[in-house]
Amino acid sequence: MNLVLINIIYIVASVLFILGLKRMSSPVTARNANLMSAFGMLLAVVATLMTAGLEFRWIVVGFILGTILGIIAALRVAMTAMPQMVALLNGSGGLASFLVGWSSYHYQPTASLLTTISTFLAVFIGGVTFTGSVMAWAKLEERGVSGKPIIFPGQNVLNSLILLVLILGGIIFSLHPAQNYSLFVLIMVLSLIFGVMVVIPIGGADMPVVISLLNSYSGMAGTATGFVLLNSMLIVAGSLVGASGIILTQIMCKAMNRSLANVLFSGFGKRIVKKGTEIKGEAKPIKPEDAYLILEAARSVVFVPGYGLAVAQAQHVLRELGDFLEKNGAEVRYAIHPVAGRMPGHMNVLLAEANVPYEQLVEMDSINPLMETVDVCMVIGANDVVNPAARHDQSSPIYGMPIINADKAKTVFILKRSMATGFAGIENELFYYENTRMIFGDAKATIQTLVAEFKQAAKT
Amino acid sequence: METQLDAAALIDLIFLFVISIFLGVELISKVPSILHTPLMSGSNAISGITIVGAILATGLTPGSNFCTVLGVLAMTCATINVVGGYLVTDRMLRMFKSKLPSSPRAQPSAGKQK
Repeated sequence: MNLVLINIIYIVASVLFILGLKRMSSPVTARNANLMSAFGMLLAVVATLMTAGLEFRWIVVGFILGTILGIIAALRVAMTAMPQMVALLNGSGGLASFLVGWSSYHYQPTASLLTTISTFLAVFIGGVTFTGSVMAWAKLEERGVSGKPIIFPGQNVLNSLILLVLILGGIIFSLHPAQNYSLFVLIMVLSLIFGVMVVIPIGGADMPVVISLLNSYSGMAGTATGFVLLNSMLIVAGSLVGASGIILTQIMCKAMNRSLANVLFSGFGKRIVKKGTEIKGEAKPIKPEDAYLILEAARSVVFVPGYGLAVAQAQHVLRELGDFLEKNGAEVRYAIHPVAGRMPGHMNVLLAEANVPYEQLVEMDSINPLMETVDVCMVIGANDVVNPAARHDQSSPIYGMPIINADKAKTVFILKRSMATGFAGIENELFYYENTRMIFGDAKATIQTLVAEFKQAAKT
Repeated sequence: METQLDAAALIDLIFLFVISIFLGVELISKVPSILHTPLMSGSNAISGITIVGAILATGLTPGSNFCTVLGVLAMTCATINVVGGYLVTDRMLRMFKSKLPSSPRAQPSAGKQK
């Protein structure tokens, strides 16, 4: 009876998860959707607690500990650090699966083949997700490791070897679980090492792909745990997350015009041996004060934010500038490239934090056809995603990548610290175009100067 | 008897798995790119469903201290995943606002608070 009730509640919880994802399709219903999904989770937890014979004491300890840490993390994290936060959350989900798999094997070494295969998968996927996410976090924070790809000779061979041992070990372990604790330990250790190995060759600018992929893994780890426990709800929920990660990974790869294999195995730096076409011409710097005069006359302005906006924490002051431009009668839009920032949708969250209404956030495909009617396109901390070489220069490493056609605007402002190249290490010919003006300096300071000019003008 | 039950259960679960993947792909394809970050943290919170496994691993392994330790750790991690994930997603989604129906207000100082 009890078991039937628990399973009925599990079905309700699964439906809530599905509806929660479905209603994510619009910013209007999204918040409500998240609450629905959270309620589903609460139901699932309550139902599980109804299982007969549970010892509650330690469950409560873990729950309180996790709740405190989770609340602190969620409330303290800055919007600019959201990729790191999601990486760590992925990692903790992966570690949980890893530990559940371990505990399940430790408690009952002899189990059916289905259970041992699932245990192997939970530990393997969970372990890779855990260390991979921690590595991704460290790369994003540039803590201990550089954000650049780490590549050494024989890397792919070594990785293939580790993977081969893991698979062979997994097969032997699944067939003979009882006598093979040391093999199980080897599998655990190798899984953890493999997680590190797969993330280190990936560069900072490719992080959106990695985070999406780890998101998918964390779901798959949950699914594997579901197979261990023969729990349908875990399988449904885990698969939904796994699918979401797969889709996002696909979108990110498409936006970079690269295959997943290329992102994972070839560390972007390595491909840059052949240099793009030599660029001739001179960049034309302009002072913020002169830029103001052009902005003041503009009827239509498009901002193109990139990761540099997050680094400079310039989102609030940018919104302020946007407000002044609107008051001045200009149409203001923010054009967002799918891979701008360090995770899918990163820029949208930053701008939403600064109270930019979401109607002004436009996707690349909707803004590009209108670019020729735009008076000023202001590129802030973005580089490769506006490089016109991607359209025509077949020798460029980013050739074929869809870009925001900033160069088609009547005037282009580039806010940049120096002439240094972007993460892909490629010269950007846009900087030398006839209609381009460079505004050197810290993006935040530059925009502040522009805002001050508008304030000044409003007073007089 | 044991193996036969196993095979049937396996097929059922794999069936469920495959259908769920397709359902997930259908659902997620409809999410606009502006919501991709909250989608990620939100779906990530759903992957915290491992908490169910953690509860069972903690509460149903009497007599093994080692399993209890693993269980508590798993419980803590899964709870961080769930609580942190949903909370941070809500924090983000709260910020997505539509343009007010009235004329654009000029309150440029409002953005500086956070």
